Amino acid sequence: MISFILQHAPALCLATPLLFAFLTPLADKAGSRVRKAFVFLGILLTALTVFTLAQNVILQGARVYTMGASSPALTLPSGMTLPVRIILEIDAFSALMASLALLVAFFAVVYSFRFMKGNSLGKFYSLFFVMLAGLIGLVFTGDLFTLFVFFEILSISSVALVAYWYKRKKSVEAAFKYLLISSVASLCLLFSIGLLYGEYGLLNIAALAASMRLSFVTMVALGLLLAAFSMKAGAAPMHYWLPDAYGEAPTPITVMLGIATLSSLYALLRVLFTLFGSFSLLPVAGWVLICLGVVSMFVGVTMALKQDDIKRLIAYTAVSQAGFIFVGVGVGLATINSPALFSAFGENALKGGLFHLVNHGIYEALLFFSAGAVIYATGKRRLSSLSGLARKMPFTTVFFLVGAMAIAGIPPMNGFASKILIYESVYRFNPLLTVLALVVSVLTAVPFVKAFSSAFLGPEMAEFKKTKEVPMGMLLGMAVLAVIAVLFGLLPGLVVETIIAPAVNALASQAAYVGVVL
Amino acid sequence: MELIPFLGAALLFGIGLFALVFKRNLIKIAMGLSIIDSGVNLFLIALGYRSNGIAPIFTTAPVSNAQAAATMVLPAPQALTLTSIVIGLAVSALMLSLAVLLFKHYGSADARKIRGLRE
Amino acid sequence: MSGLSKIVKNVASVFIVPGLIFGAYVVAHGHLTPGGGFQGGTIIATTLALLLVAFGEKSFRKAIGKNALAMLESLALFGFIGIAFLGLQSSFFNNFLSNSGSLFGQSVQFGVNEGNINSAGVIPLMNFMVGIEVASGLTIIVIAMYSGWGERK
Repeated sequence: MISFILQHAPALCLATPLLFAFLTPLADKAGSRVRKAFVFLGILLTALTVFTLAQNVILQGARVYTMGASSPALTLPSGMTLPVRIILEIDAFSALMASLALLVAFFAVVYSFRFMKGNSLGKFYSLFFVMLAGLIGLVFTGDLFTLFVFFEILSISSVALVAYWYKRKKSVEAAFKYLLISSVASLCLLFSIGLLYGEYGLLNIAALAASMRLSFVTMVALGLLLAAFSMKAGAAPMHYWLPDAYGEAPTPITVMLGIATLSSLYALLRVLFTLFGSFSLLPVAGWVLICLGVVSMFVGVTMALKQDDIKRLIAYTAVSQAGFIFVGVGVGLATINSPALFSAFGENALKGGLFHLVNHGIYEALLFFSAGAVIYATGKRRLSSLSGLARKMPFTTVFFLVGAMAIAGIPPMNGFASKILIYESVYRFNPLLTVLALVVSVLTAVPFVKAFSSAFLGPEMAEFKKTKEVPMGMLLGMAVLAVIAVLFGLLPGLVVETIIAPAVNALASQAAYVGVVL
Repeated sequence: MELIPFLGAALLFGIGLFALVFKRNLIKIAMGLSIIDSGVNLFLIALGYRSNGIAPIFTTAPVSNAQAAATMVLPAPQALTLTSIVIGLAVSALMLSLAVLLFKHYGSADARKIRGLRE
Repeated sequence: MSGLSKIVKNVASVFIVPGLIFGAYVVAHGHLTPGGGFQGGTIIATTLALLLVAFGEKSFRKAIGKNALAMLESLALFGFIGIAFLGLQSSFFNNFLSNSGSLFGQSVQFGVNEGNINSAGVIPLMNFMVGIEVASGLTIIVIAMYSGWGERK
């Protein structure tokens, strides 16, 4: 039984959320307890399958799954030289991304059992599972067109979930803007996939990587792919949808939107490192990423200073932290063609960038969960109307404090560990970037000091006499994430060696990826 | 002569982009997006063309494999275009439903008057 | 919203039967001629939309409720992924019925021939499921847009 699951695990990870998505409306008819049990079963099964697969891949190397063949590992049937079916390829970076996504999604579902009120939540959970299936498909796929299809599934279902509270004006407006930007990004993506197909006649990532050459069409395709994925990842000139969508969505969905943004970053890295790995103009792309990163860092943090709504404030700082990831990865990309520079500091920059990606997912989820807890308990979102909640909600206060220290990069937390890795390696590339990063890091602490002191400290207001702590289901997720944040901060070396280093090796060596398929 | 579908795709893309950026009514923005979709689909289909080709149907193909491979039009872009049409349908349906909801909430379909989310 | 005039109602009721049959034909022959699940499902949904416009929302609701359509959609999707799971002896989505002699399992001959509907294995079954799903899904969208979200005002 276990070996059967392990053999078919990639397809099962994808099929289980879809199965539960299709059956949830039927379970909803049987009452809300049946629905809650069914949804919990679904997310538990998916999480177990993904963690089993992730452990297998990180310990034993990349895996391949061919859909619809007579055996899962048969990529080249009967002596063909190019793969003919849809192939899922999972290496250490995909496994890392999928585990992070499932960790956050599990706690988002448990949180939403208490947070979301209402009777007919069947459609909510159905869309949630479709979004989760799109996300898992995006990180597991080995084929460019399947990447586009899962990217679209993820985008459309997350737009529908942002607009879930359709009786509020602002949610619908935020969803419309998000849909517009998302559609433009996916049209750019489809156009560049068309260009690559017209030039090479192949759609499989491994096969394309093996036959890539320098030409004008390929450069245009690279530029369009960069533009499309940066739009969805919230890089600076195109970040306008991010605070609106994150601020007006229900809190479990905001957390999943954060993971969706990180998976657009995953897709960008996968395309840049694996597909275009032997392209000679790659350092130019690295510099573009560095510029986008620097602009995002500044724009995010300066706009966060003047926000009054608690979720929009956290969303703007999310833009700024994504800028850090762009800078770390950009430095790694800019040095990838020269092996001496890469092993000196480029690899460390890449490790820092990926570690920061994982940490970003964890502390953003923690911050949004605690902000959502405040909104659930008091019904208010504006910082100017909140005060003195620390006595009534002690646990939420502690978790928010942990999250704020993590994002500002204060020592025992994980944010500090990944930021120092980025500072050290980027300094040897160009000292100016480190100075900018340090300034932004210091400035990041300011909006959180403001938010913490105005919401939690201070005199108690009369209308908050009856607010009490949020229920246990909502606290559980925050507690686990806070513990992980502190653990990653206290043992960064162990984490980098066991989880991040295999991912960086898998990403930087294109030959390993291609070798599993061809 | 073979460039005409590509020019047509570029023209559709240009018209759609103009409608998306410069028009104010929400329904016109949705229509512009749909026109851009049609342009990209036309581009994808035109990639698979071979002059003097036949339709890629197994039961009407000539018997020898080499002959069939030389004269059939490429079938893969057709599958890509079908998928893209379905996705475009879903996006249009969602965008139009959101436009109807926005009209109900704000009382106007003008994109400049829908400013609930400031800063 | 009580529908259009008597002439339109009569013509629409005459037109439903060829419309639905044409949609079913396009779904059923998807593995032989251009068409398939999505295309046929859209044709069926368009015919039902014609009915909606001609007869008005109340009579349409009495004939076909939104609940029945939603149930049908979920069941059809479950059938689709169930068939995909059934191939799991070899791998997910495996076409275990083609060339096997049972339900849709005859092999296709080489050379020019008119095509056999009893071939292509799992594909006609999946076409059928997708056709039902697309038809019901699109009809629900059309009802929702026409009548302003019905009971949830």
